[in-house]
Amino acid sequence: MTKSTRNPSELHERREQRLMLLLLAPALLVIVVLLVLPLLWLAWQSIWQDGRFTFAHYERFMTDSVYWLAFLQTFRIAAIVTLLTVVLGYPVAYVAAGAPQRWSILILTMVLLPFWTSVLVRAYAWLILLQRNGIINSALTGSGLIDAPLRLVNNEFGTVIATIHILLPFMVLPLYATMKKIPGELTMAGASLGGSPMHVFLRVFLPLSLPGLIAGMVLVFVLTLGFYITPELLGGGRTYMVSMLVSRNIEVYNEWGAASSISVVLMICVFLVFRLASLLIPFERIMGTR
Amino acid sequence: MIDQPKNERVSVSIKKATKSYGAFLALDDVSLDVSPGEFVSILGPSGSGKTTLLGILGGFVQPTSGSIWLGTRDITFEPPHKREIGIVFQNYALFPHMSVGENITFPLRARRLPKATWPARLRSALEMVELVGYGGRRIHELSGGQRQRVALARAMIFEPGLILMDEPLSALDKQLRETMQIELKRLHKRLGATIIYVTHDQREALTMSDRVAIMNKGRLVQVDTPERLHDYPANSFVASFIGEATLLAVQRVQGDAVRLGDQVLKTTRRVPEGDSLHLVVHSEKLMVADGSQADSCNRLTCVITDTLYQGESIRVFVRPDAGGELSFRLPSNHAGRALMKSPGERITLALHPEDTIIVPDAG
Repeated sequence: MTKSTRNPSELHERREQRLMLLLLAPALLVIVVLLVLPLLWLAWQSIWQDGRFTFAHYERFMTDSVYWLAFLQTFRIAAIVTLLTVVLGYPVAYVAAGAPQRWSILILTMVLLPFWTSVLVRAYAWLILLQRNGIINSALTGSGLIDAPLRLVNNEFGTVIATIHILLPFMVLPLYATMKKIPGELTMAGASLGGSPMHVFLRVFLPLSLPGLIAGMVLVFVLTLGFYITPELLGGGRTYMVSMLVSRNIEVYNEWGAASSISVVLMICVFLVFRLASLLIPFERIMGTR
Repeated sequence: MIDQPKNERVSVSIKKATKSYGAFLALDDVSLDVSPGEFVSILGPSGSGKTTLLGILGGFVQPTSGSIWLGTRDITFEPPHKREIGIVFQNYALFPHMSVGENITFPLRARRLPKATWPARLRSALEMVELVGYGGRRIHELSGGQRQRVALARAMIFEPGLILMDEPLSALDKQLRETMQIELKRLHKRLGATIIYVTHDQREALTMSDRVAIMNKGRLVQVDTPERLHDYPANSFVASFIGEATLLAVQRVQGDAVRLGDQVLKTTRRVPEGDSLHLVVHSEKLMVADGSQADSCNRLTCVITDTLYQGESIRVFVRPDAGGELSFRLPSNHAGRALMKSPGERITLALHPEDTIIVPDAG
């Protein structure tokens, strides 16, 4: 086809597509160079060692209990953290979504406040609060409620508390956004039709807030899977998460291949979680759109 | 089909209801009695308090003072889910995550009625709104009119004695709205439920209601039959809100006459006392004077300022010599065209003394 036979609107469309591609190019370049290539390099390292292919790093998942115990503990902590952020975050989002504008802004600001401090600072702050002669323990022993200080930190408990604190906004914000979109007339209609507040909540509000709930749960769960600083500082060596396994392999054993294989497996786990979530919520049905 | 009215008819009494938000009075001492089975519209401009009144009836707004009665039951402090009032919301408020059938049976589930009784009631509800076979549909698959019917069926399936409707037809196009008006009327007859219908569309209110309550600035201005409201408006607000009326300031001369500019107009109605009075001229009550009208008619000589072709009629704008501006309608037929003149020409209009309506100012 020669140029002269081309439809002018088709030409125009092509020009527009080229322009769009040009606009996308810088971001695309950054992602490819800084994300895609390193990830491929990572995957390559896990199967290529000393000039030949090897699956030795992956075989260790079957044989070495440290590996699967770390994965087990990571998934358990992620599950606990997810569950507790739901319990803590749902009521907060509910109140914020239902409150007048002024109040909801205040509530959301308070939820977001910890975001403005670094994770490291917050981890140390929790350490100070929770340690053996920290504020909480001295208050409890001082008031005579307990005789010996409680073991609040340097274990899974401390890790879970600090992780929840850091990840709570990731639960509250999607929940709030979803709840805000539920028209108030729906709960009013439910009540006028004879539904008690509990019935209306369970049958109308909760199902309609599910997309936000699941989005929040996926975010919190996936982010917990990769947590490093918090368990490192507050776990006291008793909490051994996957990210720490990666770092040990590099820092202590200089085993880049092993570290890479763990990262690859963790990444596959994250993809599986996302896939599972998208199977769990057919978004269209819950939203009643399209 | 159900031919017998099945809902237990119930009367509604609003007694001295007041609702204030800080210094703002959304509802100012409103009292209204609705008889069992009556269709009453609440008509008013936006911000007149009609939504607040509806909220108080539904239980979503607590009155600052006053009480609400359903028959002999004081429901002022009753929560919404115990009131047994069906509500049709402005944008239907259908549950998007439920099917048509699940929406309609929601009241049955909420009341924990045995599941065995649901199918029969669902079928008769779907029959009533002519949606048989739609029970399994999703809400987003329905048209506006169909959603409206589902909302109706859902509000009626638990056979409430009172149904509130908040501008239920405002989202529909004109043609569908008129069809639904007739259908609602028919349903009302068959159900026998008391209906309180909120609207800002005066024509809708006049078409459908036994009585219309006019609201303005949180107060009830007049509660009357459509005919009375149209022809005997209580004051200038009602007169300007109902029908196609023009109001002209007039002075009282005596009990049966007013002065418009330097012209005296006779009326068979009693002219109210007071300084600020208005002549209410409905466009359909003005006739072109052609010698066929009675001698007792008030005659207004005018200059035509503009004409507006509107399909079934031609609206003619005139400036009476006595002052002000008026409009009237000519049918767009042979007879109408024969009387028609062009802008700038003079015309004499006749207004019968019986149609010469004088109202006090709304203040």
